[in-house]
Amino acid sequence: MAAGEPVSIKLRVNGRSYSLPRGDGPGRVGTGDTLAHTLREGLGLTGTKISCDHGACGSCTVLMDGRAVLSCLLLTVECEGREITTIEGLADPATGALDPLQQSFVDHTAFQCGFCTPGIIMSAKALLAANPSPVREEVLEALSGNFCRCMSHYHVVDAVLAASGKGGGR
Amino acid sequence: MTEFRYIGKPTPRKDARDIVTGRLPFLGDMVLPGMLHGRILRSSVPHALIRSIDTAGALALPGVKAVLTCENVPDWMGGIPKHVRVLDRKVRYVGDPVALVAAETEDVAEEAAALVRVEYEPLPAVYDVEEALAPGAPQLYEEFPGNVYPPGMPAFGPRALHEIVYGDVERGRREADFVVAGECAYESIPNPLPPEAPSVIAAWEDEDTVCVWSASQGPHMLKVSLARRMGAAGFRSVGAPVGGSYGSKYMSWQFVFPAAALARAAKAPVKLCFGKAEHLAAFTVRIGSRLRAEVGMKKDGTVTFVSGDWLVNTGAFSEITPGMVAVGCGEAQLAVRCANWDLRSRVVCTNRTPSGQVRGFGGQELKCALLPILAAGMEKAGIDPVDFLKRNYVKPGDGYYWRDGNWWVCRGTDYARAMDEGAARFGWKEKWKGWLVPSAAEGARRRGVGVGVHGNADVGEDVSEAFVRLDPDGTATVYSGLAEHGTGQRTNICKMVAEVLQIPLERVSVTPCDTSVNPFEFGPVGSRGTYAIGGAVIAAAEDALRQLFAAMAPRFGVSPGELETREGLVYVRGRPEEALPWVTGLRYYGACLGRGRFRPDFTLPNFMMIFTEVEVDTETGKADLVRVVGATDVGQVIDPPGLINQLNGCLGSAGIDTALCEETVMDTRLGRIMNANLIDYKWRTFAELPAMEHVVLETPLPSHRFHAVGVGEIATAPGPSAVLMAVSNAIGVRMAEYPLTPDRILRALGRIAGKEGER
Repeated sequence: MAAGEPVSIKLRVNGRSYSLPRGDGPGRVGTGDTLAHTLREGLGLTGTKISCDHGACGSCTVLMDGRAVLSCLLLTVECEGREITTIEGLADPATGALDPLQQSFVDHTAFQCGFCTPGIIMSAKALLAANPSPVREEVLEALSGNFCRCMSHYHVVDAVLAASGKGGGR
Repeated sequence: MTEFRYIGKPTPRKDARDIVTGRLPFLGDMVLPGMLHGRILRSSVPHALIRSIDTAGALALPGVKAVLTCENVPDWMGGIPKHVRVLDRKVRYVGDPVALVAAETEDVAEEAAALVRVEYEPLPAVYDVEEALAPGAPQLYEEFPGNVYPPGMPAFGPRALHEIVYGDVERGRREADFVVAGECAYESIPNPLPPEAPSVIAAWEDEDTVCVWSASQGPHMLKVSLARRMGAAGFRSVGAPVGGSYGSKYMSWQFVFPAAALARAAKAPVKLCFGKAEHLAAFTVRIGSRLRAEVGMKKDGTVTFVSGDWLVNTGAFSEITPGMVAVGCGEAQLAVRCANWDLRSRVVCTNRTPSGQVRGFGGQELKCALLPILAAGMEKAGIDPVDFLKRNYVKPGDGYYWRDGNWWVCRGTDYARAMDEGAARFGWKEKWKGWLVPSAAEGARRRGVGVGVHGNADVGEDVSEAFVRLDPDGTATVYSGLAEHGTGQRTNICKMVAEVLQIPLERVSVTPCDTSVNPFEFGPVGSRGTYAIGGAVIAAAEDALRQLFAAMAPRFGVSPGELETREGLVYVRGRPEEALPWVTGLRYYGACLGRGRFRPDFTLPNFMMIFTEVEVDTETGKADLVRVVGATDVGQVIDPPGLINQLNGCLGSAGIDTALCEETVMDTRLGRIMNANLIDYKWRTFAELPAMEHVVLETPLPSHRFHAVGVGEIATAPGPSAVLMAVSNAIGVRMAEYPLTPDRILRALGRIAGKEGER
């Protein structure tokens, strides 16, 4: 860490503020740490999955200031002052009620192994936030960066369309 | 038809909430106290002797706890036959493990692995299956001269199938109206590529007792198959949710051995998660399948003989290739009724990333080569392929040699109706214009249709055991060693138990997947979940119910056979108003423990037919998959959305797209894989989904109480040859290799230079 650089990173994750000390070693944010790494290893938010770890599969998708980003391609030190939402941040923290989009995935069995599901839900969440009533082609396009090998795509598209206009983009 | 409460009804998966909230703990999310991280240093050369390894630099790095090489690694052996060392003095492919490192963090482990110095003595390498068979070819193993493995699959018995030889080929030749000879290759070694890479944690409780937590598709089999190989007196295997497997994470010693060896050396738990490049370049790809065959046929589509030489390229080792050859040979007979066979196989090793178990298990690979050769015969006979497959798919009363080398007779169903209904849904009769004729043309675009078939009698393979415990409070617990690998089978066995006991699904749960708790479970492979695993669970529930009624009968003063139960209440048949809760008979302590066991049965082959329509741009050579229709008959649907999910899986996990874009590309000058990442390895995105429909019939099958069989495993297998046929018809040229990338199509059309087979 160069002299004069801030000694901590401040960011908000799922509505909670964090000030993470910079530097090497346990509990610190290293210069090379990706946001995915910090979320999983530093904050224990393991719902964000790492699969390819180079920006090709979408498993690590989270929201940054409401937009879908690949947390394996972002350095945590780049996220100063940002608002991050992960899959753990979608359900109502007080009641535990699922987000309508999550509930729609449950109702449509829009997953098989479930490993890619958090990333897909976050991509869909960003879509619905920007475009609450997408048509089918817009859903396909918005999810085209998400790798799913079980081929749950068809049920996913049904689930996203069913949640659209129902508060899935709140 | 029976009206069920849960069977055949859509119900949410029990793990649904954990999946959509990110709380489902996959192996990579698990942390044990004092846990270290493992890393494998892999060979950079395709074939070499290791002259020396220097680990001093790695050992000196702070945080490094163990470094293992061929000098000090345990002498555990993997593979069938047993021949693969954890680390050997010889490397046989780029990616072969050379050293293992355990360290306090992943970063340190990676850095340490890079500090291990290896000096190689290079050897010539061979990649092509026929070059490996040639005299003077580089030899991979001293014990397998000529690079050919001896036949044999001990788990399938002393007569395990490795060829199809029966009847009289010469008689078949005389009876034929014509004979076609052909060659077809399905050897682009696609990767099933689950999103979660192979992952494991191993910890030794003492010198000879190990505990393994793994994302394995068959955790119980690790205990059964690996304990002895590792000389472990105690072996506890705990399954984690499997982030995709498609067969590839079944055998699992490839990641279990290194983690367990490091854990023993470091005296601490060791976690080992492959990176994606390792996953793509050094873990399970499909076997390479090259077939030269002759087929005799009558004008009506009767096959009078099949003879041929099936060359199976297994790469640098055989994980379970003889098993895949056995099942592939069995499955070929299900699709092709024929009295005279002489189809021989040879399993050959070469210096590339090893092949292993993948959904389709030998049958997909053989069929993708065999069906196109048969198609040449159909073309000569001028017979519609749907009519041909209908005539030749196994029917009740037909026999076949299965994987154990024994003759089995089908007592299942005639799938002709499913084929007819699938063809009607697809509009086959309207689109089929004859062989090598497009079904439509517009400008440079040509449409073509094709059909493929597959079936597997392994729906009843191997043994499953289960216990079902009824507690006095009206709940039931299923003891099963079943791991959840995406099919929803852990929920489905609860549905079966809830149906037998007539209690709400919420009151049925499954024990954690842990060998210290559960009886034997072979695992959900070969579509055996519904019939074999379900059969054990149903039997256990029925056994528990008998015990319940025996305990309750004195309360009513009747015989147990007069009792029924519903909602945790027992009553005399016809008098539900005088019901008593289970607790009145069981008291507060008297749980009933029912036991069920399924024994192998190879008489109920399942079935899947896939119809495809492609559109080929003859200017660019790009082939697009436009529409897919699947047709099957499952006897009875257990879980409708889960079934449709599995059938949609025909596209993924090295399925249909192995005919269009999926391949592992090797640079044979260096022996290296060039597309070991998720950008260069091509996969279908959401934006490119074809129209997809399925025809699912429910003709009751003589399996178990619910008359069902599974089909998930076979969903991928009929697709690639169907696409090959569709593209051939679209462009008017018979194709015989996969995948049909634009270069191959343009070459076939004569638009670019070069011979078929050149890239």
